[in-house]
Amino acid sequence: MLRRRLNRLCGGDEKRVDSRTIYVGHRPCPDTEAFILSKFCDNRIVSSKYTVWNFLPKNLFEQFRRIANFYFLIIFLVQVIVDTPTSPVTSGLPLFFVITVTAIKQGYEDWLRHKADNEVNKYPVTVLEDGRSVKKESEKIKVGDVVEVVEDETFPCDLILLQSSREDDTCFVTTASLDGESNHKTHYTVPDTEMDLQALTAAIECEQPQPDLYKFVGRMHIYKPEQEPAVRSLGPENLLLKGATLKNTKKIYGVAVYTGMETKMALNYQGKSQKRSAVEKSINAFLLVYLCILISKAVVCNTLKYVWQSKDGQDEPWYNQKTQKEKDTNMYLKMFTDFLSFMVLFNFIIPVSMYVTVEMQKFLGSFFITWDKDFFDPEIQEGALVNTSDLNEELGQVEYVFTDKTGTLTQNNMEFIECCIDGFQYKHRDTPSELDGFTVTDGPVNKLQQKAGQEKEELFLRALCLCHTVQVKEAGSEEVLTDQVDGIDGVLPQPEEERGFIASSPDEIALVKGAMNYGFTFLGLESKNMKIKNRENDIEEYKLLHVLNFDPVRRRMSVIVQTKSGETLLFCKGADSSIFPRVKSEEVDRIRMHVERNATEGYRTLCVAYKQLSAEEYAVADTGLREARLALQDREEKLMAMYNQVETGMSLIGATAVEDRLQEEAAETMEALQGAGMKVWVLTGDKMETAKSTCYACRLFQRGTELLELTVRTLEDERLKREEKLLELLRDYHKRAVQDAPPVKAGVTRSWSTANQDYGFIVDGATLSLVMNPPREADASQYRSLFLQICQNCTAVLCCRMAPLQKAQIVKMVKNSKGSPITLSIGDGANDVSMILEAHVGIGIKGKEGRQAVRNSDYAIPKLKHLKKLLLAHGHLYYVRIAHLVQYFFYKNLCFILPQFLYQFFCGYSQQPLYDAAYLTMYNICFTSMPILAYSLLEQHISIEILLDNAALYREIANNAMLRWRPFLYWTVLGIFQGLLFFFGVRFLFSNPALQDNGQVFGNWSYGTIVFTVLVFTVTLKLALDTRHWTWINHFVIWGSLAFYVFFSFFWGGIIWPFLKQQRLYFVFANMLSSVSAWLVIIILILLSLLPEILLVVLRKPRGPHSRQKKPSQSNVGGNQSSLSSARPLLMRTFSDESNSVI
Amino acid sequence: MMASSYNAKDEDHHPGSVGSGGPGAVKSKKPDNTAFKQQRLPAWQPILTAGTVLPAFFMIGVIFIPIGIGLLVTSNNIKEFEIDYTGVDMSSPCFSCSQNYSWNSTSVCTCSVPFILDQPFESNVFMYYGLSNFYQNHRRYVKSRDDSQLNGDKSSLLNPSKECEPYRTSDKKPIAPCGAIANSLFNDTLELFYNHPNGSRIAIHLVKTGIAWWTDKHVKFRNPGGNNNNLSIVFHDTSKPVNWRRPVYELDPSDPDNNGFINEDFIVWMRTAALPTFRKLYRIIQKKKDNMTPTLPPGNYSLEVTYNYPVRSFDGRKRMILSTISWMGGKNPFLGIAYITVGSVCFFLGVVLLIIHHKYGNRNNNADIPN
Repeated sequence: MLRRRLNRLCGGDEKRVDSRTIYVGHRPCPDTEAFILSKFCDNRIVSSKYTVWNFLPKNLFEQFRRIANFYFLIIFLVQVIVDTPTSPVTSGLPLFFVITVTAIKQGYEDWLRHKADNEVNKYPVTVLEDGRSVKKESEKIKVGDVVEVVEDETFPCDLILLQSSREDDTCFVTTASLDGESNHKTHYTVPDTEMDLQALTAAIECEQPQPDLYKFVGRMHIYKPEQEPAVRSLGPENLLLKGATLKNTKKIYGVAVYTGMETKMALNYQGKSQKRSAVEKSINAFLLVYLCILISKAVVCNTLKYVWQSKDGQDEPWYNQKTQKEKDTNMYLKMFTDFLSFMVLFNFIIPVSMYVTVEMQKFLGSFFITWDKDFFDPEIQEGALVNTSDLNEELGQVEYVFTDKTGTLTQNNMEFIECCIDGFQYKHRDTPSELDGFTVTDGPVNKLQQKAGQEKEELFLRALCLCHTVQVKEAGSEEVLTDQVDGIDGVLPQPEEERGFIASSPDEIALVKGAMNYGFTFLGLESKNMKIKNRENDIEEYKLLHVLNFDPVRRRMSVIVQTKSGETLLFCKGADSSIFPRVKSEEVDRIRMHVERNATEGYRTLCVAYKQLSAEEYAVADTGLREARLALQDREEKLMAMYNQVETGMSLIGATAVEDRLQEEAAETMEALQGAGMKVWVLTGDKMETAKSTCYACRLFQRGTELLELTVRTLEDERLKREEKLLELLRDYHKRAVQDAPPVKAGVTRSWSTANQDYGFIVDGATLSLVMNPPREADASQYRSLFLQICQNCTAVLCCRMAPLQKAQIVKMVKNSKGSPITLSIGDGANDVSMILEAHVGIGIKGKEGRQAVRNSDYAIPKLKHLKKLLLAHGHLYYVRIAHLVQYFFYKNLCFILPQFLYQFFCGYSQQPLYDAAYLTMYNICFTSMPILAYSLLEQHISIEILLDNAALYREIANNAMLRWRPFLYWTVLGIFQGLLFFFGVRFLFSNPALQDNGQVFGNWSYGTIVFTVLVFTVTLKLALDTRHWTWINHFVIWGSLAFYVFFSFFWGGIIWPFLKQQRLYFVFANMLSSVSAWLVIIILILLSLLPEILLVVLRKPRGPHSRQKKPSQSNVGGNQSSLSSARPLLMRTFSDESNSVI
Repeated sequence: MMASSYNAKDEDHHPGSVGSGGPGAVKSKKPDNTAFKQQRLPAWQPILTAGTVLPAFFMIGVIFIPIGIGLLVTSNNIKEFEIDYTGVDMSSPCFSCSQNYSWNSTSVCTCSVPFILDQPFESNVFMYYGLSNFYQNHRRYVKSRDDSQLNGDKSSLLNPSKECEPYRTSDKKPIAPCGAIANSLFNDTLELFYNHPNGSRIAIHLVKTGIAWWTDKHVKFRNPGGNNNNLSIVFHDTSKPVNWRRPVYELDPSDPDNNGFINEDFIVWMRTAALPTFRKLYRIIQKKKDNMTPTLPPGNYSLEVTYNYPVRSFDGRKRMILSTISWMGGKNPFLGIAYITVGSVCFFLGVVLLIIHHKYGNRNNNADIPN
């Protein structure tokens, strides 16, 4: 929505043009058709929603768009317009309260946003205008301005870097505030721009603003007098993003290309789509039931009213004449207004305050997650983070957990374990034994104690040293860099391990460090020259010609370097699957064994290959790459094609194995989750063997688990085509896992049924895409339903080789399957964002791969192990609390309004309220709201320790157990029972209204007050009975509420209130208390209403422990069986066709 | 006897997280280790089990049954006599009065209803009038009053609340007291005569004060004009309610403390009844000084009714009730029966639970341990 508005605001005159043209410094360029200064939006950041002027109408409008608020507004208006039994105040006051509090909260938040906006917008910046530096406010920057930024300043808008104070035409930037990656990133100036920016005449053509931080395509035309205009390509490496900070560079000049709300930061600012919890859906369903009750009550009363009135002398007896106006009113209009009046009278059954209390419970309750010190990680000095409080209770309802592997199950803390060069295995030992610690192990592979040739060894190590994008961390001052040649002596004495490297991927650091251990040290990159120090402590220099960047689809990266001697070499490293097809096959066999063995041990393996490029080959590659980089359209595709063309015919030199250690307590956490009845699916981009070993290490797969594999390898068959084989396998697995499984135990995970065969299911990305998008569209639904059923019957599912989008697809598939189970995704990296956003609950790990996952998550925790407490303790408690809160609210309002309904039968259906207006208003706001709020924040029906120890307790609340129709029916019946009791108990008492020992009689307001007193005490004590965890706060609020009720009643009845027309309750309460009979009836009614509850608790208790194990499994089975016969048509719709393009 | 435990959890349950952050390092970000924030507030955790509830059930039984019996006995000891004098039947003495009724007639219709008391009425006897099928709790009726006017507010006296419509003004003068409730004030006069066995007819002294709530009489209802005793001047610019025969300042001319708005019959009427069948206190017959003879000895009585109040039009009934009063108020066996029933049920449940507890108790104790 924001973007649409922006387009309207800013981009009005560029409409559907694909690119925008920017004139550097607003100088017209020769040779362009017409110099049009197109209008772009200014550099003002507006994150605030309101202004002083539109706040009231806009905020009110947005608040009344909520269906509940709107309903209450209608009720209020009806009360104002129609002659209704209760004054408009009774519903107006709570509504006003709710609206005001919300408006104040939103207004305050908006004020903070205004403040933050102003801070950014008024920030002074320096702009180059006509050769002079002019100080301006940041918001005045226009597209095309040349802006100066000095060190440690943030960029005021998106800039194209024109000039840097560094000699190598680079600058360093951290994007910590954008994506959380705190490493320094190198950005480059546009090549060959003039040093004198005043003389620079150039036009930049670039794409329209788009939110992807890592994509930018543009072209710069540089006009020089008497020369052909030069064209330079612009990529993300030339673009400095607003919000990033300049580091290690004195100052830079850049030209503004995107400003204000069109900057990438602003475009990324859009809110995530709202996730709604299952509890909210339950509330809405219950609300509907209560609305029906409300309407039927009104209809019943209205009908009876007119039946009753039709009798002679009832409608208008002599003592109770109608006013002239009433007599004149049309009969049907009268009926309608009567109906509305009844609606108003009974409208309290749907309480305004429930929404407030639920919101408050969620908001305040989420603090307990951030406050929990168990979530505090001393390493990163941070605790858990709650991005949305709407989903607290959903944490207690999770059925499927989708977890990323790298960085989530594993630490993403890479350690170089071993390498394999030319088929010989090398393992690094910490104790330097011989030759620079470079030793040959006596592993089974290498019985001959052979070493590869010296030449191969060194080539391999050089490849490790060169083929990466690692930067050397500078010691804060640029002297180190400029005096690097001298500095080496200074660096040498230091332990080499101290050298700091910065890279976007921890694998690369591990590899560079590994190479360092073997004697080859990477010293840094200086003006396109890579320096490495070899074993003889000589400095070798290589000219870096091209970097063929890593991307997850290609799964490899390459560099093209030129040696001193003029040789051009290409080094490539990547996943075995992406390297093996591109090297000579005879080399593969020697290495493959090592790679696979390492992979099964849980290491991450990378293969290293190289190729020598002849001058002609290089020339072709060079022009190809340059052209592709310059392309404005489809640059990605062109580059990809070029990369693939260059990275062929290489020779394999070796492979590396890097260990990624498991996260702390990963196995325990996984076991706890499975014990809690959740199904854990691992979705990873890693290769099958590595992922499988991780699964074994996490105890997701166990020795007895029978693995069903559905991968490219199992699909290879001589006889059959891939699709046929796939169908055959699917049928076979389905037979084994679904049909042959004993139905009773199908849903029970192995901790309870050891006798049952466990199945683990493994699928890879390529096969998955075949399942999702089979060549023949007709098979699709069949494939998918088979696939889903197999998945659902396996204890653990491993999906490897997944593209990010496929992860989201899997989550979506499960989410939309029959019974719509609650899904949870947990991940740490940018590649997990899609699945985090897709799942019901997204959890980010504050890991090493930047902060995208955290930013997009609903909850963020520092470590995987915290998930256990988050779900088993917090989730469980939140769910129980909010479920009880909701049920209790409906219950207490039912038994509040039922006596009022019954009273209509005794007052001639005249809409006479039973309770005084003050009681009607205060009941939900003051008398009964605090105890339930305290309960819903503090209740621990089972202590946290026990919840953590017995994961199975989580199953008790599975499938929204506390908000199903059965418990709802129970609460409703309880409410009806109590309402009847309250009313008729007092009714029988009032068969003789002489209740005082002086013979005086009580009137209708005394009647209502007695009922109300019983009501307030009963519902509060009912809550007290349900409370299992009495902290001092509970004591204070429960007894305090009752005391407040008594105090208020005395106060309200103790004064002749000025400005009130009616003094209905004057001394009614005090008189009631002076009557022994009233006391006795109050006591017995309270006791009698609570008796069934006490009895139920007692009777239920003995069976508790036994039912605990049986009940959930039964319900589980029920859910499962129903899901078996499910889902074919559902799945059809859930998959987009995008998966084809990804793989 | 309550199966509960005081659960103060130790604070250093997780030693791993203590001190590893270094002393004072980034203190602001580390969550406070307070009992509240860690959800470790000491808490009382009551568990309701058969063992804890059983004694409570027996206790309730033991306490409630005697109370119930006491209540029932008290209620049964209250003497109550009720007589319907509406005059629906041809045979009833007030039949003719009930037939020839019209608001405008100035003639007074009286009738005498004889009745016999079988038992003596001791102590103070309270005389009520009862109405049936009279909807004093109808919404249009309940709200048709102006409490500020009744509280003596001068401006409300002359400008009554809109709620009083259609009994707000008559003859362009404001009605005092306005509204439907006041307008329909019960205006039958009831007198009691004891027909002594020796033939003499003794009028029984009926006290007409002390029948309204003290706070109503002294605070809520005030005559306008403060201490001005001449109420006819105070109410000069107002009109009497249309159905009244006398203006408000002539309700009880004999007693200035019972006249105008603070007339107790009026105040009693203004406290609207909860149900369509109701009774209101009319007079009190105070017990005899000597304490030897009952207030109302058994024998023949006659009720002299000045029949003014029409109820036949809405199928209503009028009753006169004589009742003694106990500490729990008038006669009502409901409470006693309720207490006895609840007490017995609790006792019975206690026995059932005891049996269940004994039969299954041992097995459950073992199973309960993990919780």
